[in-house]
Amino acid sequence: MKLAYYPGCSLSTTGIEYNMSTLAVARTLGLDLWEIPEWNCCGASSAHLTNHLLALALPARNLAIAEEAGLDVAVPCAACFARFKATEAAVKDSAETRATIEEVIGRKYEAKYTVKSLLDVFVNTVGLSQIKTLVNRPLEGLKVAPYYGCLLVRPHKITQFDDPEDPVTIDQIMSAIGAEPVYWGYKTECCGAAHPTVVPEVGLKMLKSIYQGARDAGADCIVTACPLCLTNLDMRQKEVGEQNNTQYNLPVFYFTELVGLALGHDPHTLGIDKHFVDALAFLKNKGFLNPVQNRRDSE
Amino acid sequence: MLKNLEEVRVFMERINLTPGLAQAKPIRDSLKEHCGTDVGRCYQCGKCTAGCPVAFAMDYTPREIVRLLQLGLKEEALKSKTIWLCATCDTCSTRCPREVEPAKLMEGLRQEAKAKGLVADKRLDLFNDLFLQLVEKYGRVHEMGLILKFNLLSAQPLKDAGHGPGMFLKGKINPLPHTIKDNGEVKQIFARVRALGGEGK
Repeated sequence: MKLAYYPGCSLSTTGIEYNMSTLAVARTLGLDLWEIPEWNCCGASSAHLTNHLLALALPARNLAIAEEAGLDVAVPCAACFARFKATEAAVKDSAETRATIEEVIGRKYEAKYTVKSLLDVFVNTVGLSQIKTLVNRPLEGLKVAPYYGCLLVRPHKITQFDDPEDPVTIDQIMSAIGAEPVYWGYKTECCGAAHPTVVPEVGLKMLKSIYQGARDAGADCIVTACPLCLTNLDMRQKEVGEQNNTQYNLPVFYFTELVGLALGHDPHTLGIDKHFVDALAFLKNKGFLNPVQNRRDSE
Repeated sequence: MLKNLEEVRVFMERINLTPGLAQAKPIRDSLKEHCGTDVGRCYQCGKCTAGCPVAFAMDYTPREIVRLLQLGLKEEALKSKTIWLCATCDTCSTRCPREVEPAKLMEGLRQEAKAKGLVADKRLDLFNDLFLQLVEKYGRVHEMGLILKFNLLSAQPLKDAGHGPGMFLKGKINPLPHTIKDNGEVKQIFARVRALGGEGK
C-alpha cells in the first residue's frame, strides 16, 4: 500500500522519534510511505488564528503535490492532520473557495484523495489483525493511558475519525500488541498546545490534570499520536511535578514506538532513547528490552 | 472567578441594554457570515464553560463571551483575554447542544481584534507572528529559532533554557534553520494572501 507521507516540521526536530518509529514500523507493516517532496509547513495553529485564507493555502500546496502523484496522504502529527482536513473540507464544500486557494498556491487542487491520520492508517488500512499477527514481543502487563488530545478527533465533522468524546483507536492498537489500555477521563483533554511555552502559568496547570488523571487510573505510562502533546507531557513533566511536590514518573510514548517495540524493533531504532522521562530504563525494568526472536532491525 | 463575576455585574449595571440589543442583530449577522456560527441559538446552558480546559484563566468564560455577543457588546469580547487564551481544542463546539461553535467565534474575534489593534495578550500574538515569519522565510518552522526569538522578544531570555542542552543532546534540535530548497512558492502564497486583502501574517 503506497501513501503520500507528510512528516511536518515537528517530526524533524522535537518529534524526531515519531518519524523514526513511523518509518521503521511502516516497513514491517508493508506500508510504502512516499515523503511529499519539498513539503512546506502547514501553518499549524498560528495561521488559522491569524488569517483564514493563509491557513487553508499552506496545507493546500502539499496536498496538491500529493494529488499530482495520485495518492492519499498519511499525516502523523495531529495538528498538521487537523489543518489538512480543514483544507480538504473547504475545497470539497465550495468551488469558490477552491478557485481562490488554487489561485493563491498556483497549483490545481481538487481534493480528489483523502487525508488520513497515521492512526487511522494503522487501524483501518493495515488493520488490527495484521498488526496482531506481526507481534513477536507482546507488551503484556504494560498499563497505558491512551491520550488522543484534541485535534485527531475534533471537530468531528471535519476529522471524520473515531469518537470525539471517547475515541478508542489507540486503545485498540494497544490491546493488539498485548498492552492494557486503562480507562480514564482525560483521553481527549487539551495539553495546552503552545500554552505551556507561551503562557506557562496557564499551560502547566492543564498538564497537571492529565498527569493526575493518568496516575489515578493506574497507568504506568501515557501513549499519544501527537508530537506537540508528547513534547508537552514529556518535557514539562518534571517541572509540573516539582511545582506540585510530586514525581509523576510517567514515560510518554508515541503509539508507533510501542508498536515497533512489540514488532521486535530495537528501541534505539525507534528513538525511545530520546525522551526526557527515561523511557528506556522504564521498559528495561518491565522486561521489554530482553532479546526477542526474529528481530527486525536488519530488515 | 468570583472577582470576575463581580466585575461583570458592575459592568452590566453601567450600561443601557436597549441600544445594545438594537446593535445586536447586525453583529449577530456578521458573526454568522464570518465565523459560520449563530450566537442567537445559544440558550446559555454553560456546557461550553464546564468543559473548557482554560476557563479557569479567562476573564470572561466562553458562555459569557457568547452572551456579550448576543447583547451586541462585541467590543468587550474583542478586548478580552479569553479570545487569546482559548487553546482552540474545540471541546465547546463539540459539546454545544445548540450547535453554536464558540471556538470558531474565538478564532474570528481574534483575527478582528488583531486587525483593530485590541490585543489583550501580547505573548500569544507575538508567538503566532514569529511562527508565520519563519514559515514565510524558510518554508518550514525552525523550532529552536522560534522559541529563542519568542523568549527574547517577550523579555524572558532564560525561560526554558534548562531544556536546551537535553534537547540538543537527544538530537531533537538543530542549530540550523530547516528549509526547503526553493521557498519561492511559499513566499508567493503569503504575497497573494496579502494581495487578496488578508494581512497574511
